[in-house]
Parts: sequence; C-alpha cells; structure tokens
Amino acid sequence: MNAPTTWRPRLADGTAPVLAVLAVLLVALAFAGPAYSEPTGYLALLKRAAPLMILAIGQYFVIVSGGFDLSVGSLVTAEVVIAARLIDGQESATIWVIPLLLALGVLVGLVNGLITTKLLVPSFIVTLGMLLVLDGAVFLWTGGAPRGALSPSFRVFGRGGIDLPVLGHLPWSVVILLVVLVAAAQFMRSGTGRTLVAVGDNQDAVRLAGGRVVRLKVLAFVLSGLLAALAAILLGGFAGVSAQVGEGLEFRAITAVVLGGVLLGGGRGSVVAAAAGALTLEALFSLLNLLGVSGALESAVQGVIIIAAVAYASLGANLRLGFRSRTATESSTRSTPPPHKENR
Amino acid sequence: MSVVQQKSEVARGAGRGGARRFSLTPTPTVTVYLALAVLLVVGSVLVGIQGGVLLDQGGILNILTRSTVLGLVAVGQTIVIINGSLDLSVAYLVGLCSLVAAETMAGSDGMMVPGVLLALGVAAVVGLVNGLVVTVLKVNAFIATLGVALILRGYLEENYTGPAGSVPRAFQHLGFDRVGPVPIGVLLMLAIAGAAWWYLRRTRGGYHMYAVGGDIDVARLSGVRTGRTIVTAHVLCAVAAGLAGVFLAGRLGSGAPYVGTDAGYDLESIAAVVLGGTALAGGRGGVVGTIGGVLILSTLDTIFDDLAVDPFFKDVVRGVVLIVAVALYARRQLSRRSG
Repeated sequence: MNAPTTWRPRLADGTAPVLAVLAVLLVALAFAGPAYSEPTGYLALLKRAAPLMILAIGQYFVIVSGGFDLSVGSLVTAEVVIAARLIDGQESATIWVIPLLLALGVLVGLVNGLITTKLLVPSFIVTLGMLLVLDGAVFLWTGGAPRGALSPSFRVFGRGGIDLPVLGHLPWSVVILLVVLVAAAQFMRSGTGRTLVAVGDNQDAVRLAGGRVVRLKVLAFVLSGLLAALAAILLGGFAGVSAQVGEGLEFRAITAVVLGGVLLGGGRGSVVAAAAGALTLEALFSLLNLLGVSGALESAVQGVIIIAAVAYASLGANLRLGFRSRTATESSTRSTPPPHKENR
Repeated sequence: MSVVQQKSEVARGAGRGGARRFSLTPTPTVTVYLALAVLLVVGSVLVGIQGGVLLDQGGILNILTRSTVLGLVAVGQTIVIINGSLDLSVAYLVGLCSLVAAETMAGSDGMMVPGVLLALGVAAVVGLVNGLVVTVLKVNAFIATLGVALILRGYLEENYTGPAGSVPRAFQHLGFDRVGPVPIGVLLMLAIAGAAWWYLRRTRGGYHMYAVGGDIDVARLSGVRTGRTIVTAHVLCAVAAGLAGVFLAGRLGSGAPYVGTDAGYDLESIAAVVLGGTALAGGRGGVVGTIGGVLILSTLDTIFDDLAVDPFFKDVVRGVVLIVAVALYARRQLSRRSG
C-alpha cells in the first residue's frame, strides 16, 4: 500500500498555513499585551482554548471521515446541565457523575453514528435532529432552566492546576488537552486512523479493499461525542453552569477544523492542524480583545477568516494541482455539500 | 462488502414487489401529504379528547399563519438545496431585511415601496455574495454561507441592540389583513411557492438547477453554465428570505435584528426542506414537498400548543420526526435505485 506516501505531502500542505498564522498571532499577542511577556500568559490562553481544541479534535474525526457533527454544542450544554442537576453541590456525587457524563457522550455519538451508517441518513440531518432532541430533552428534564450546582472537585479540572517548578502554575485542562492531542495524533498515525481518512476520501474504495467503513464511521462519531463530554467537563469547571454554555460551539469547532486546512467532505487534513486551528481562533479573539475590537465584530472576523481560509485552500490547491490530476482538483472544486458522499 | 450487496438485493426484491402490488408508488411528496393528513386526524382526536377543536377556523388560521414565514424561507432554501448547495445565512438575513425595510419606511406611507425594494435589494446582494463565494472562490457552501452568516451577525450585533425603525399602519395590513378567510401573508407565501414551482419545473433555468444538483460535472459537460445557475439559486433564496423579513416587519411593526435567529430559520428551513422529501445532496425534490414539510412542522406546533405540552418537548419530537422521515426516504431511495 502506498497510501502513506501520497498522504503525507497533502498533510503538510494543509498544516503549514495554519501554523504560520498561529505563530504570527502568538508573536502579535506578545506585543499587544503585557500579560503575554511570560509563559503564564500563553498557558492561560491554552487553558481558555482547551475545550474548543478538544471539541475540534473530536469534530476532526467526523469531518475527515466525510461527515458533520452539529450536535456537539447542545451536547456540551446538556452535559453541563445534567452534571449540575446530578451533583447538586455534593462532593460525593462527583466520582460517579464524571464517568456517567463520558458514557453519555459515547452514547450520543453511538446513536449519531448508527443512524448515519445503518439508516443512511446524512450526518448533517442526524446531528441536527440530535441537536433538537438534546436541547429539548435536557430542559424538559430540568424544567426550563439549569438547576443545582457543580461541586468544587468537579470544577478542579476546568479551573484548577498544579504548581510545577519551571512552568509555574500548570492548569489541569492543559494537561488533559496535551494527553488528548498526543493520543489523537498517535491514533491518526495508526492503521485505523489512516483508514479513517481514506473513508472520507473514497469509502467505496475502502470497502472494496476490505475496510470496515461502518465501524470506522461510528467510531468517529463516538470519539466526537466522548471528546464533547470531556470539553463539557472542562467548560463546566471553567465557566460554570449556564444554559448557553455550548451555544454556537458546533459551528466554532467546525470553523476551527476548517481553519486547520481539513477538507470538508473528508479525506484530507491532520488532527494537529485542526487543534492548531482552534488555538488560532482563540488567539485571534484574545488579540482582538486586547486591541479593543468590540465583541460584536468577533463573529464578523470569524466569518471573514473561514471564507478566506477555505478559499485559499481550494484555490491554492487548484493552482498547485492544475492540470496534473483531475480527480484531485475535482474534490476541491465541488460546490456540493459533503453529505453528498454519504448518499452515494 | 457482501453484506451491503445482500441488503440491496433484499431491498430490490421488496421494491419490485411493492411496485407491482400497489398501483400508486408513493413519492416523497405524496408521503409527506399523507403524513400531514394522518397528523391532522391524530391531532384532532388528541385535541378533541382534551375538549378542544383543532381544525376550527381559528386553528386552521393558526397553522397557516405559522407556516408563512418559515414557508417563504424554506421555498428559497429548497431552490439552493436542489442545486446541491445550502444557505445558513438566511436567519440573520431575515432580521437584517426586516430592519432595512422598517428603517427605510420610518413610519411614512410614501416610503413603503422604496423600503420593500431596498430590503429585497440588500437580500439579493447578500445572495449574490453567497453565490460568488461558492462558485468563484470555490468555497464549500456550508462554510461560505456560515461565514456570511457570521459577518451579518457581527454587523447586527455591532449596530443594533433591539427593535428599530417603524412601518406605517398601511404596511401592517400586509401582516394582519385577510382576503376572505385567508391571510394575505399566506397568499403571498403560496404565490412565491407557486412561482418557484413554475420556475423549477417549467423553465430551462429550473431544469438546469436539477441538473447541477444531480451531478455538477455532467451538467457542465452538457453545456450548463453551472456557476451562473448556482449564483441564481443563491440570489433567489436570499430574496425569498428578504421577503420573509419584510413580511415580519409588517407583522411586528418594526425591524427586529434577531427575529430570524430566535426562530432558528436557518436550520429549521433546512429541516422543512428535507422533511418535504428534497435530497440534501441535491438534484431531487421540489417546492410542493417543502410546503408539506412546513405545514407538518406548524401543525405539530399548533397541536402541542392546544395540548399545552411543554415547549421543550416540541424540540424532542421535531428532532425525532426529522430523523425518522429522512431515514424512510433514504430507505425508499435505496430500493428504487437498485430496482
């Protein structure tokens, strides 16, 4: 199989621009704010960005295999609200609520994946339906508003940390993020990970080559659900309980993944770049904040950059590939939405 | 793998047998109206048990009024989805157009026509931008329209905190008057739907849209100007959303920045289109089914209101209905394709 040899240069293609932009932003931050003259400033940035980066890693698995997961935002809200209701301020409940939350994330991902693969419903619709169901079900259960409170030991993951000699205060969320990132990168280098990318590129080819397409796609959704649950635990600790905690996170995570050069519709892109895309987004927001740009313009800036990033990626790919291989250009010039692939 | 082949063999057998046994092979459009009829019957019974009446004049009016705005947006959304594209910017566009219309009119009767025209013009420009980003910059439609939506959101959040502008009393007639028993808004929505049906099914441009949505490469090789077709679809969709905004301005008496997003018209309209049997991948479906989908959603709402069901339960049911409906269509499509 020569898949890795053709895959690696593409990976580098997508990764380089986002890393360059990220580097520029990080340097700009150092000039813009005095907080960034020390490592603690950047650690705080990483701590803020950790939930989105984890969500982006989860979303990456789904997108690279040719799908969408629109349900992660409402899943995050649901997890936080459920945690608050179940824990209700009791320390003793924390120990069993956390595994329960992670299991719920897995369950939601499993349902998403099974409906997508077994009932052949486009993942856009499945996860949109799941979004509605989760939104409705959670507030049906709590009676319209979040109730209860999180325990201090639950919130430690989101806002606590350990003191280390050199780095100073190292937040737990950064540690968790690094573990997830390394695990995800290792997974994508494994055979399963590479096959997952191949599913996004051409699932018929993978099926004919003996790959278990259904199992891989379900796995992608399960990972996305699990990581959304993890992000919810961090966000709950960091930001506390609210009914809006996950609002718009699905689109933000997709933005981050796309910013990382991952092709919507699957088959191209690296997980590290997706996480870097999320960090870039957060760094950009921090920079805009420091420069005194109003919060309202944040979304406008987000809109401009995702269009620019994708336009750069597809036009650039066209110029590079040019006349060389038709199939490669075809995948980037298609204006049809990715659900296309699932239907065929 | 062989499992899939076996499955499609089974499906093929079922599809053929089904076609022979029933003289009427239900298309998604037929299915959606059958489902609507069943829903109306079941709803009437449930509401009747509780001592109310679902389908009295007030109830029918309620269902139709609820359908107006979503119907307008969803008809536009149908056109882009048939092209294999989609538009996530409609929700913010509805709010923006209601503001443009209301602020231009500023309460004076003479500015009614310029207000409407300006709002529709703004909508057309936004649609043009969507279309050009998709076709010229080769950005995936999901990202392109999401980006435009975020830009519109930034503009709205920067400039507006609440309702602004006001429409003259004469214009509010659009929102509340009726011709006989039917509200003007419903007639407007049906007229737009009729025009869209005529365009899609009876004109060359409409056929080109199905061709582009079916397979863009084949369409291009057959001489269809694919870029122009997609841009046209986006402009039409945006104008339909703009019309929804103008209608809402008439109904509310002023422009409201978040009127479109509060109702979630972006995802909701896609849900209605898909519920109406239009394939999300493009190339199949139509406006008639979409109107059926919209009516199903608004009938569900009305039934739940009459039964005084928890509003959050509505979302759960909507989600389930959406997934089940699309799963049924996917199943049927599979059997027809292999049969």
